[in-house]
Amino acid sequence: MPTLKTTFAGIPCINPFWLASAPPTNCGEQIMRAFDAGWGGAVWKTIGEPIMNVSSRYSSIDWNNQRMMGLNNIELISDRPIEVNLREISEVKRRYPKHVVIASLMVESNRHAWHDIVQRAEDAGADGLELNFGCPHGMSERGMGSAVGQVPEYCSQITGWVKEKARTPVVVKLTPNITDIRMAARAAKQGGSDALSAINTINSITGIDLNTLEPRPNVDGKSSHGGYCGPAVKPIALNMVQQIMSDEQVQLPLSAIGGIGSWQDAAEFILLGAGTVQVCTAVMHYGYRIVEDMSDGLLAWMRNKGFETLDDFRGLTVSKVTEWKHLNLNYKIVARIHEELCIGCELCYTACWDGAHQCIHLDRALSAPNTSRTPAMITEESLSRISVTPIAKLDTNGTSETGPQHTPLSRIPRVDEEECVGCNLCSLVCPVSDCITMEQVDNGLPPETWEERVSAGMTATPLVHTKL
Amino acid sequence: MLHNQDSNESQADDAHSLARKTLQHDSNTGDIARSMSETTPFFAQAPRTPEITERFPDLHPPLNRTAAIAEANRCLYCFDAPCTGACPTHIDVPRFIKKIASGNLEGSAKTILDANILGASCSRACPVDVLCEGACVMHRYNKQPIEIAKLQRFAMDALHENGGSLPFSPGEDTGKSVALVGGGPASLACAAELRRHGIKAEIFDARPLPGGLNTYGVAEYKLPLAESLREIDLLAQLGVAFNFSVTVDDKILSDLEASHDAIFLGVGLGGIHQLGITGESLPGVQNALDYIADYKSGKVTAAPRRVAVIGAGNTAIDAANAAVRLGAADVHLIYRRGREQISAFAFEYEHAKQEGVKFLWHTTPIGILGADAVEALDLVTLEASSNGPSPPQARENFQLSIDLVILAIGQSTHTDFLKNGQIKLEGGHVLIDRVTGQTTNPKYFAGGDCTNGGREVVDAVADGKRAGIGIAAWLEGQRANT
Repeated sequence: MPTLKTTFAGIPCINPFWLASAPPTNCGEQIMRAFDAGWGGAVWKTIGEPIMNVSSRYSSIDWNNQRMMGLNNIELISDRPIEVNLREISEVKRRYPKHVVIASLMVESNRHAWHDIVQRAEDAGADGLELNFGCPHGMSERGMGSAVGQVPEYCSQITGWVKEKARTPVVVKLTPNITDIRMAARAAKQGGSDALSAINTINSITGIDLNTLEPRPNVDGKSSHGGYCGPAVKPIALNMVQQIMSDEQVQLPLSAIGGIGSWQDAAEFILLGAGTVQVCTAVMHYGYRIVEDMSDGLLAWMRNKGFETLDDFRGLTVSKVTEWKHLNLNYKIVARIHEELCIGCELCYTACWDGAHQCIHLDRALSAPNTSRTPAMITEESLSRISVTPIAKLDTNGTSETGPQHTPLSRIPRVDEEECVGCNLCSLVCPVSDCITMEQVDNGLPPETWEERVSAGMTATPLVHTKL
Repeated sequence: MLHNQDSNESQADDAHSLARKTLQHDSNTGDIARSMSETTPFFAQAPRTPEITERFPDLHPPLNRTAAIAEANRCLYCFDAPCTGACPTHIDVPRFIKKIASGNLEGSAKTILDANILGASCSRACPVDVLCEGACVMHRYNKQPIEIAKLQRFAMDALHENGGSLPFSPGEDTGKSVALVGGGPASLACAAELRRHGIKAEIFDARPLPGGLNTYGVAEYKLPLAESLREIDLLAQLGVAFNFSVTVDDKILSDLEASHDAIFLGVGLGGIHQLGITGESLPGVQNALDYIADYKSGKVTAAPRRVAVIGAGNTAIDAANAAVRLGAADVHLIYRRGREQISAFAFEYEHAKQEGVKFLWHTTPIGILGADAVEALDLVTLEASSNGPSPPQARENFQLSIDLVILAIGQSTHTDFLKNGQIKLEGGHVLIDRVTGQTTNPKYFAGGDCTNGGREVVDAVADGKRAGIGIAAWLEGQRANT
């Protein structure tokens, strides 16, 4: 039976699912409910400098009627008194000793202020400290948050101050609003950090109200750039996590953040080396209850894969991400359309013609392959066809051939495998699972990378169209 | 301009003089446009009967905005979409659906109307199971097809709610004019197309209101009479001229031919066939089309207790359902063959069962009994035979007490007035070139039921549209040749 138990920077964890420092961890009452729902840990909403908030604070972008593909916020750190937060940390730890409570901290860039807050958070019973060097709005204007994370020297210096005082593990939370996140990660390491968390939110403007011409979220007719998160940012987070985890100078445990909402997301981040995962947007959307399937699904996947612990698969994919120049130029795949699954939407056809390499054709019902018919010609032909309502009484031949259950041969696209470059686009747009598969074809060529070509004195071969 | 909308019955002499009066005015398109705008909208002239409204609510209630956007987002946006191909008018379905999803409702309605000027009626009246929705690729994906009809109605309703301004203007005046005989969907579509080509379009209809079967013949729970009229009001914005209560005979037709550059025949079919049995002229025997027109216009608001409908086509089902809704306790649909041979769509049959219509298969009336009015049907059951040519054999006689007999055994043709026109008929239907709508007399074009034997509103619209384009091209060719 696999287990989700793990250890992060020396902190024992009942599972890798933590709530990120955000509105879901605003107070002890919330966090205790989250622990009851199955969360293994929580990073407390950042404690520190007294602030005031505005209303409104969040805005999102929807996609094809799905809500909150991406979420943006201009909320600042905790607006509750430090002592209240600390008292509640004590209470939560007393009631839930096996659950992880990390205190997220942000104070002015002053050694004494940091020493003071570290001492108080640890005295309250926090299992570890997360230094918020990532908040991209409001606090950064006052020299905190991402204003620290964006300058490696500050990042290193403040981490050093904290480490002078801290007795618990110190996690530095990194901002993605930087050219190369590895610079900040290395600085944190240099400052003595025990672990990292990444990514914080991304600078964004989510949208503009086309009636009022005002940006969102709207605060009395104006907005401010906010922090972007949610499913939309996951690929960016995956990339940054991979960059950090593959960096030889960093070599620290990392708690991954960025668009995580399912067990698959969690597995992917762990495969790129994450020790734990932190979740915010998905909980803001659906509530704490989502953790049940995150646990259940991850365990089932581990069982199927034969993994007993998270360590069994942690980081297995890190080395599979490489520089482009190391990719095999002689690896060849082509698209195969499985006719029996094709529903005849022809999205692959239009995608290939307008968005790729014009190598999918609608010529199966013709007597011979015809690669010269353009999409416009096909549309025109259809529009010139006379259709009538099929009425049994008047129409001798039924509609069974073109009936809804069968895709007519003329609507099933054909891939010209000679011309197919194996770009994947058709298989990505196909709405039917497994209808278009990308299959390897043996071209008899040995693996060869760009780097190998260059070192052998070869340059690029101009593309030759065999049909010309 | 002539609007003799108060008179249902028009004398032939009146009709002749009216037509001539019309002809005298027909060179002045400005006059037409002005007279249209001064006229009460057709929608406002619709008879409104509370009992009918109450008993015939929407069979398919409309989508609200939230549901419409969710449904629109389900559409895959197929290339060369099968729904568009299946639609006789080739509405660009994915395009209008994506415009609903994007919130461009004005553009959505324009996309629909561009292909089908009666897009609102069709969204309600079309048998979409065998058209666009039947062709939806979702069927092959174990998913519900996109609710195209409801989305189309949503876009068209939005257009009407926003003032109902037609998103097209008439074309630049060519000085040409066309008379359209019959004011049903084929003529309306043809007229709209002609106006967009700058050709004058003048419709002549025997009834007091336009729309033909679209107005008077579609079950009220699908397409209310008033909704048909509301849509036709849009055509007035294009300057289509209407002449009502004019029954075009061979004399008027020759006048129209002399005064117009082309004629479009959109006359539909004739009356319902007779059974040819005793008692058929008794009070309490009615044909289905009249019955439907009567309840839709509020002339009939209740049905007697026992109703028999003879026939098993879509019209028979509409009439039977109507009788149920009008309060009949017992409605029998009587058909001489079996369930498998009915010409009604499968979904219509299912609907009739749900309404509570009972079916007598392999049964035919041999006499209608009654002293002063219908009292009973004399029926005979027939040997079930496989749809072969041999007539079914009588098995046994029985009587059914009945208060109202509705005949729905097919329509005859209506082509007598064409006898002088050198227009070739085929099986009683006007023979046309399918692409242009042109008849064997080049000045005559035709479309709709009089050419196709009786299909759907959308088929008539497609015919009319093609004929409109065909007439414009023909007139252009005439001009080029002179």
